[in-house]
Amino acid sequence: MTTPATSTSSNSALAFGLPVFLLALVALAVTIFDPLARFGGGLPPDEGLAIERGWTVSNGIEVQVRGEGRDPLRIAQVQVDGAYWMFKQTPDKPLNQFESAQIEIPYPWVAGDAHHITFVTSTGTTFDYSIDVARSETPFSLGTMFDLALIGLFVGFVPVALGLAALPVLRRLGREGMVFTMALTVGLLAYLLVDTLAEGLELASESASVFQTDVLVWAVAALTFALLMVIGRIGGRPTSGMALATWLAIGIGLHNFGEGLSIGSALTLGNAALGSLLIVGFTVHNLTEGVAIAAPLTRLRPSHFALFGFALIAGVPAVFGAWVGAFAFLPHWGAVFFAIAAGAILQVMVEVARFAHSLAKEGAEPLANGTAFAGFGVGVLAMYATAFLIQV
Amino acid sequence: MLSRFLQTVSNRRAFLGASAALPLAPLVAGNALAQSNSAVHAATHFDGMTTVGNVDHERNGFDPNEILTDWDTGTLSVDAEGRRVRSFDITAVDIEIEIAPGIFFPAWAYNGRVPGPTLRAKEGEWLKVNFTNAGSHTHSIHFHGIHSARMDGVSGPGLVAPGDSFTYEIPALPFGCHLYHCHTTPLKRHIHKGLYGGFIIDPDPERHPDEAEAARGRLLGTPENDRWQEMVMVMNGFDTNFDDENEVYAVNSIAHEYMKRPITVSRDLPIRVYLMNLTEFDPINSFHIHGNFFDYYDHGTTLTPTLKTVDTIMQCQGQRGIIEMSFADHEPGQYMFHAHQSEFAELGWMSVFEVV
Repeated sequence: MTTPATSTSSNSALAFGLPVFLLALVALAVTIFDPLARFGGGLPPDEGLAIERGWTVSNGIEVQVRGEGRDPLRIAQVQVDGAYWMFKQTPDKPLNQFESAQIEIPYPWVAGDAHHITFVTSTGTTFDYSIDVARSETPFSLGTMFDLALIGLFVGFVPVALGLAALPVLRRLGREGMVFTMALTVGLLAYLLVDTLAEGLELASESASVFQTDVLVWAVAALTFALLMVIGRIGGRPTSGMALATWLAIGIGLHNFGEGLSIGSALTLGNAALGSLLIVGFTVHNLTEGVAIAAPLTRLRPSHFALFGFALIAGVPAVFGAWVGAFAFLPHWGAVFFAIAAGAILQVMVEVARFAHSLAKEGAEPLANGTAFAGFGVGVLAMYATAFLIQV
Repeated sequence: MLSRFLQTVSNRRAFLGASAALPLAPLVAGNALAQSNSAVHAATHFDGMTTVGNVDHERNGFDPNEILTDWDTGTLSVDAEGRRVRSFDITAVDIEIEIAPGIFFPAWAYNGRVPGPTLRAKEGEWLKVNFTNAGSHTHSIHFHGIHSARMDGVSGPGLVAPGDSFTYEIPALPFGCHLYHCHTTPLKRHIHKGLYGGFIIDPDPERHPDEAEAARGRLLGTPENDRWQEMVMVMNGFDTNFDDENEVYAVNSIAHEYMKRPITVSRDLPIRVYLMNLTEFDPINSFHIHGNFFDYYDHGTTLTPTLKTVDTIMQCQGQRGIIEMSFADHEPGQYMFHAHQSEFAELGWMSVFEVV
């Protein structure tokens, strides 16, 4: 009885091998007939250069670049503010697609001024980059780490904890009030979702095009959403109560990590001046995040320890985000983080909406739909209104 | 929301214009501190302004140090009517040249060099310029001089198709510092690709009895001319990315070349520079000498200076002139000369005389 089994396996090997073999034949045919020959004659090389990060140091300017064209690119000269300048490239070689290099330029930059850098390749093609406001990059030190941690706590942990403190108030609202609060939470999350996706896509547009980061943002967001939905429903039942609050905290935590990234990189790259008013603005803006986590807990009696845990999960990632953003930030990684956060937010949105829906059904009053709609609208408006606080 | 806030402040002027006093105050204080630091940087990194590396002149097939003085005097003969006839051979080719270290430019060039050969003749001679177009586009030679319309290189057989030839016949008139260039349209493209060169007509002392001594000083081959240190400098630029702006400026094509290899001149002899401006896209170019002043002869068509005792002159596109100066009373050392458009200087048109 072994013979048929063998023939089956050899058949399946053939079935698998045939398409691969045919594909190889097609590739060979394209190479031999070369239908592109007539189109490519005399074309200059395909050079691409992404300038991922530029910053000032005490004795000059440093830039991280990445090759993104099909052909290797040689940086022949560097201009700063329309003057050819000394530079050192590490590693000192032509850049292939995906390869990155560090450029050090001992240029006497002027604090507060803008500086324009032009990379001239061996073919004379130019790639431009601007440092909008030259400021000393914050040196890596315990003091800086502490300051960044403090900012992260004020932007993330503090508002979430304050928002959670609204739990007793929420409890007094009754069922109708709970529907309203849950719908409000969905509204807040909807605002966060759009904002997070916009952040991710914005960073995607700054990153090397070879990574196709814009597509990646959507794909990662969708995958994260699907994965978290599956994990959340492992027990077979829709999430509610403590579990839902935990998921909410995780989703908001991921969002706050992204927010920390932006703040950290803005502070050290000198692209922004965060005033203390602005930090207070962020605190107010993010208060609502705590309210969102509290919403599914109104019928429960969570311990203070558990509430503190939620605040930690949702708020402290902002600290880590600020650290990473300040010292090791590349736009494509930032875009991916924002995409993960968007996926997570969408998951909790779905779960909270479902929970709110089931609450509304308990009452079976026609009013419930109007209440839910009002809650949603107030949620979005609250985020929109407090966003004014964080504009310069 | 964050990106919006980032965008607002990334436009620095918008940010400074906003009246958000509170966040602004610490920033300004920080500036003052960093500003005093950067003054220190400026002193220590002055030498940072340079192109990095060296150009392979052997690969290019011409050396800017040799271009300074390698006059092309053609071949001289006397025709049946007793006229002095001077013949030149010029071929236009497509050639890739390294105009700054590591930057390669797809040039069109007379005799494979940019600028083309510096033609030199004597006032009143009859010139026959045998031109062959070995390039991929129609080209011509348009001389700045006195000649007939047929020999102007703008139309008719004077516009030479690839593979064809034409002989331009013109008198060497008037004496002065002139130039020639391709006059095929699009003009800007044909000139900035590299089709130009110097055209110097030395005065005939016999035609200028009142200024014979000065004329002999200009006339190549005379003992009076030997007492000069003569050189040709063609101010030019290259638009390497085709945005109608030059990425590289120079005299005689190679950025910063005379910074890296200063031109050695002796204090014992005066200096005469045949200067011409073939820069495209920028309306004017200029020449400025450090620590000295010079006399200037606009177009070189006079034997007395048109400007006396100046240290900066400017030339519009196609303008040229003769600069005469002396370092006899100077101490030896490096004396800079460059375009006084700082932009041009820092993009390559910066040079040094090593006075010994």
